[in-house]
Amino acid sequence: MSLGTNTGSPDGLQTFPGLLFHHAKTRGDAPAIREKDLGIWQTWSWSDVAERVRALASGLAALGFKRGDNLAIIGDNRPHLYMMISAAQCLGGVPVPLYQDAVADEMLFVLEDAAIRFAAVEDQEQVDKLLEVMDRAPLLEHIVYDDPRGMRHYNQPFLHDIHALMEMGRIHNRNHPDFLDEEVAQGQASDISVMLYTSGTTGKPKGVCQTHAAFIASARGGMQIDKLDAAGDILSYLPMAWVGDHLFSFAQSLVVGFTINCPESGDTVMTDLREIGPTYYFAPPRVFESLLTSVMIRMEDASAIKRGMFHYFLGVAKRCGGAILDGKPVGLGDRLLYGLGTLLVYGPLRNVLGLSRIRVAYTAGAAIGPELFGFYRSIGINLKQLYGQTETCAYVCLQPDGQVKPSSVGAPAPGVEIKIADNGEVLVKGPMLLKEYYRRPDATAESIDADGYFLTGDAGFLDADGHLNIIDRAKDVGKLANGAMFAPNYIENKLKFFQHIKEAVCFGHDRDRVCAFVNIDAGAVGNWAERRGIAYSGYADLASKPRVHELIRTCVDEVNATLAQDAMVADSQIHRFLVLHKELDPDDDELTRTRKVRRNFVAKKYQVLIDALYGGKATQFIETEVKFEDGRRGKVAADLRIIDAKTFPAVKQAA
Amino acid sequence: MSKKIGDVILDLQNISLRFGGVKALTDISFDVREHEIRAIIGPNGAGKSSMLNVINGVYHPQEGVIVFRGQERKRMEPHHAATQGIARTFQNIALFKGMSVLDNIMTGRITRMKANFLEHALWLGRARREELEHRKKVEEIIDFLEIQHIRRTPVGRLPYGLQKRVELGRALAAEPSMLLLDEPMAGMNVEEKQDMCRFILDVNDQFGATIVLIEHDMGVVMDISDRVVVLDYGKKIGDGLPDEVKNNEDVITAYLGASH
Repeated sequence: MSLGTNTGSPDGLQTFPGLLFHHAKTRGDAPAIREKDLGIWQTWSWSDVAERVRALASGLAALGFKRGDNLAIIGDNRPHLYMMISAAQCLGGVPVPLYQDAVADEMLFVLEDAAIRFAAVEDQEQVDKLLEVMDRAPLLEHIVYDDPRGMRHYNQPFLHDIHALMEMGRIHNRNHPDFLDEEVAQGQASDISVMLYTSGTTGKPKGVCQTHAAFIASARGGMQIDKLDAAGDILSYLPMAWVGDHLFSFAQSLVVGFTINCPESGDTVMTDLREIGPTYYFAPPRVFESLLTSVMIRMEDASAIKRGMFHYFLGVAKRCGGAILDGKPVGLGDRLLYGLGTLLVYGPLRNVLGLSRIRVAYTAGAAIGPELFGFYRSIGINLKQLYGQTETCAYVCLQPDGQVKPSSVGAPAPGVEIKIADNGEVLVKGPMLLKEYYRRPDATAESIDADGYFLTGDAGFLDADGHLNIIDRAKDVGKLANGAMFAPNYIENKLKFFQHIKEAVCFGHDRDRVCAFVNIDAGAVGNWAERRGIAYSGYADLASKPRVHELIRTCVDEVNATLAQDAMVADSQIHRFLVLHKELDPDDDELTRTRKVRRNFVAKKYQVLIDALYGGKATQFIETEVKFEDGRRGKVAADLRIIDAKTFPAVKQAA
Repeated sequence: MSKKIGDVILDLQNISLRFGGVKALTDISFDVREHEIRAIIGPNGAGKSSMLNVINGVYHPQEGVIVFRGQERKRMEPHHAATQGIARTFQNIALFKGMSVLDNIMTGRITRMKANFLEHALWLGRARREELEHRKKVEEIIDFLEIQHIRRTPVGRLPYGLQKRVELGRALAAEPSMLLLDEPMAGMNVEEKQDMCRFILDVNDQFGATIVLIEHDMGVVMDISDRVVVLDYGKKIGDGLPDEVKNNEDVITAYLGASH
């Protein structure tokens, strides 16, 4: 693997600490991080950040943190936790961000697997989780916490307030003024800069080791494509353990020099988004969907005039908005109407969404519905898709401006080579590839072939323009009993594009027909029920209402109608389905922390339901154990109705 | 968790309160120590809320003496109570429904505002400085109660559990040394109750406020209070540590026995 050769930077700028201190030296007064605290946005300049990182790193060193040690980072997106990432890197250590909503036992796995001795956590909640498993993680020596609230009576000597750590570091710094610079100078581009755990859709999570060079190359590639500049703002609200956040909020911020903004709390993200008005924005499709849903719900309550105007101009936008954004020729009349629409509808709407300053917005992590995607583009928001995974720094394909097609995830990014294997699997190569899976040479060898290509595990094809189209996970693509291709994810995505359906799981491999589980979206369906005067007491009750079943059936029928249009998937129409009585939940191991369905686990857990679907039964009783957020367990039981959907004869395609 | 419980700061001696012929409270005496969580329990109509109203001066007892921080009074007046650092919340939420959460909590600062009306109206030097200072305090409370996301929301639009939290916030805004909570957990679900318990314990612990609390949920009362006084038909029938009260025969027949 070639390392550090493509950066073209002078020495010292091939590592993240090098970049940080460079920003502090050359543009120290520019804003680096903002956080809303006590209702006011507080700003840290690059030199403030550098000073704190220096203090934190020295403090860690004083506690005994050494080159090669791993530092667990657990919490919401807090400035001090981002600084802790830098601090660990300064010392040649490796930050390991964990999903902050994981339960203690899940954390234990990573703590053991990564041999964690030091942890930097956000607050009491996370401290409590670590204390709970501390006796089973004998390596864990020190815990540093950011928020002192509720910590007054914790007097364990291994717990450190982050401010106390910084003080300790400042003293260390005074006594050993050259220490830290020497440590930073020892850093190499080929050192591991971060370890991110895969979500573990299959089996136990693996620690993906990425080098400074890999993340810097990925960040630079994105910067070139989208012409990012240092004046930008991004809202950092996605889990720090997710590769997307690490690329956008950490790596690109340091490479490009733009400002990251940390929301006040998880519940205030929408308000904070409006206040900051980021120029650069990244969100999984479900965020864009819930944004749109909330707008649509509010529009239904607006006056008739406003509603009429809204729908009229959305029609105009649908006709020509996308083309205008792509710089394609559009008639004068439409252009004028669109201009008027911008004044009356699109502009205010973008403002309400907090997206009026957006230059580039990305979505990734799951397929986005073409309707949804088209909606944002049509009102003038440059929403694009990218494709990548933890092992590739979330950097494989990007949609370049002006060449955005909803079906594809874009063209290979600068420096990336793509090859499609004979079985349809997407193989990729480039500077962004992982160095290895942590202490898993077997897994590393399995995932990289002899020519140095990484096996993504996704099935896809390159279209006429050389853009990548993803069909499904390669291992999930199966065959129906009659030999036709069965791509469950493809069908599930079509279902999930309906606002009333939150999650779906399809079955059909080696079977004569396709059946499905559906999770309703509590917000959207709840609202729908309210407007129709359907009384319900909770999720399970709502999910059992015959009229809700009828609603979902119309969605399934529609999906079947579109599936019938395409000969390749016409056999995959859904014959029978049921609406689950509980939401699939990561706490019950049904979803990964990134909210992807654990297909095999779900199939095993709900075997009786699958049998009922294929056995032709009309109802099925089921009792399932659920885990509540506070760790208690309970049981939910329900009689589930099984519903037959309408299927359509396959349409012969005119060639 | 260890905390320092101090001297008696509120001493109620032989309080009797009548409304015409109805005896609401008869010859009740008990005390409250600094930094403790003191619960008042009893069946409906036992006189619990009347007791709180006597403490902060809404009702004036016909007999008895109230000693607060060494000052002996036959009757407390609401403004005395407020300026001496007694704040309260109500059984039926008493917030300004049309005002935002922020503004509602700000009203709790009124006793501490010094600038006069004209200064405020013109946003002059002192008023401006003061307002910023009060706003900071209010923001700290918003942060403490984790209600940042509803800062600008009119209170009337909030669910019941959050309104209760806002009401606690307003009481805290006065930086009370004693907080009277009238059924802070009524009508809440288990999760909301847990949250509220945590806030009450934190208020007691971090702000050092003494808390007098009326509550029906026995689990909560036995869990968080230091001492419990039990009323029935306006009379005191028990007083002591939660465990003592739990095993008191009179209390069991009058109250716990009926509900368990």
